[in-house]
Amino acid sequence: MSGILVYALHYEGAFNKNSLGAVSEGARLAGQAGGECAAVVVGGDDLTDELCASLGAYGAAKVYRGKADEGLAQPVVDVMAKVIEDNGYSYALFGGGLLGFEIGAGLTARLNAGVTMEVTEVKAEDGKLVAVRPILQDSAVVDSGYVEEPGIIIGRLNAFEATENGSGGAEVEDVDFEISEFSTRCRMVKRGEQRGADVNIEDADLLVAGGRGLGKAEGFEQLEALAGAMGGAVAATRAVVDAGWYPYAAQIGQTGKTVAPKLYLAAGISGAIQHKVGMQSSENIVAINKDPNAPIFEYSDLGVVGDLNKILPKLTEAVKARKGG
Amino acid sequence: MKICVLVKEVPDAAVEKRIDEGSMRLDRSGEKNLNPFDTHAIEAAMQVKEGGVVDVEEVVAVTMGPDTAVRALHKAVSLGADRSIHLTDDALTGSDCCATGYALARVLEAESPDLVLCGQQSDDGECYTMGAIVADHLKMPSLTQVIKMDVADGTLTCERQAEYGYDTVEVDLPAVISVGDAINEPRYPSLKAIMGAKKKPLDTKSIGDASIEADRVGTGGSRTSVLGINPPPPKAAGEIIEDEDTNETVEKIVSWLDERKLLA
Repeated sequence: MSGILVYALHYEGAFNKNSLGAVSEGARLAGQAGGECAAVVVGGDDLTDELCASLGAYGAAKVYRGKADEGLAQPVVDVMAKVIEDNGYSYALFGGGLLGFEIGAGLTARLNAGVTMEVTEVKAEDGKLVAVRPILQDSAVVDSGYVEEPGIIIGRLNAFEATENGSGGAEVEDVDFEISEFSTRCRMVKRGEQRGADVNIEDADLLVAGGRGLGKAEGFEQLEALAGAMGGAVAATRAVVDAGWYPYAAQIGQTGKTVAPKLYLAAGISGAIQHKVGMQSSENIVAINKDPNAPIFEYSDLGVVGDLNKILPKLTEAVKARKGG
Repeated sequence: MKICVLVKEVPDAAVEKRIDEGSMRLDRSGEKNLNPFDTHAIEAAMQVKEGGVVDVEEVVAVTMGPDTAVRALHKAVSLGADRSIHLTDDALTGSDCCATGYALARVLEAESPDLVLCGQQSDDGECYTMGAIVADHLKMPSLTQVIKMDVADGTLTCERQAEYGYDTVEVDLPAVISVGDAINEPRYPSLKAIMGAKKKPLDTKSIGDASIEADRVGTGGSRTSVLGINPPPPKAAGEIIEDEDTNETVEKIVSWLDERKLLA
């Protein structure tokens, strides 16, 4: 094997946690399968030598730096395709998240390379990598191998842990690449806009989270009452945030926040994978949902099949009574 | 302007999905339906067409799949597509994401669309990648998980949630856009539209018709191989309460929380 190339996403001078996890994972796998782990960063002048070299602490031997617009996938595909072509890396690894999926997919087409996504584990076997991917709502896991190099591995969010096992600064090299004409036809107008009130859900011990099953925005009033009685905070799924029922700052999951409270009470949340990745480390998971087949019941510790509108008000009263007594 | 919408036939949500041990592929027998995520892409196309900002000559539904996939196209047409294209060939069986994206791109290339729309994911494969794969083959700009899309002459203004909040991105046409399910509430087809769907033009293409190289598709052309399928790591099953008497249910929940000192 001739090395693993990892994409590292950054924003406002800091690398994204999942990207750091992917760099650590790349370094671990390179150690087992042979070859080096290198990282690719794409952006503007905020990508200083110092910032890039800091990826060495997570195990990157080398950092390739491409100058292009940030936050868009296609310029990164141009940079990574060039680096792989010139240096012959055997695998491209992504820590998950929206851009990781887009860049990995673009590279698949560009290099006619195999891709495995939502990967939760990567194994090194005989100098090759095997990507392990849960399928069918996590009811089975597939070992996916690659017919030829390069292979593309897109991790599930939080699948790889960031560990500072590297030895100091990485060598930084600027990439001389040609941007594809079509990569210039997406333009970032506004990036990272925060919408809605600021809610701090990451520090809460008890979280009451609501999904589409609440039926309407007003359903959150019941959750606020319950969270208030418990002394916790309210969180929400992407679907209801996108529908405008609750602020973005409270969003759990793939594109939102990752939480691990002592109690996570999910109300009217079916529990798709994108949601699961944001809360599965919670100590206790309670789910209330009217659909007995909702996937969330497969990973909840206590599941209640029933009507939220009947259960929530009574539960709030009972919690108040318990706390008062 | 011409809009192509990529659609897929998937096992119905009510069907328990399983892997066929012989072929190591998803057993797609049983009740099937149009991938629910794709209905948002069709709705987005219809809203562009009906919005009056740009002139849309036609909306074309495109799928790749076995004979039965025709039903997904009929559904797409009943939701408003003007005609449909069915790429079907035994040589395509077993295609992975890479091979499927290549094959679909060949079909789309022949159509020269101004806009390609697709859903955020398929309900069965859950790969989330088809839009971006197809876009690179077509050399078009692309954006996925779009939850708001405004069209003006030659340009789309798209919004989506990314790692650090909401991004607003301008995309020049022609482009490939994968829409998130929050972008709209898909309409229900009228009875008349359902009845009329089979009468709309449907073009069936083999790989030869679409100039697809046989060695780049199917099991042989795929770039990944399934080495094994295993049960998931075991997790202790949780306790389940069916709510019959709500007072009793609530009492059980409170004592469950109490035992774990969560109400202290």
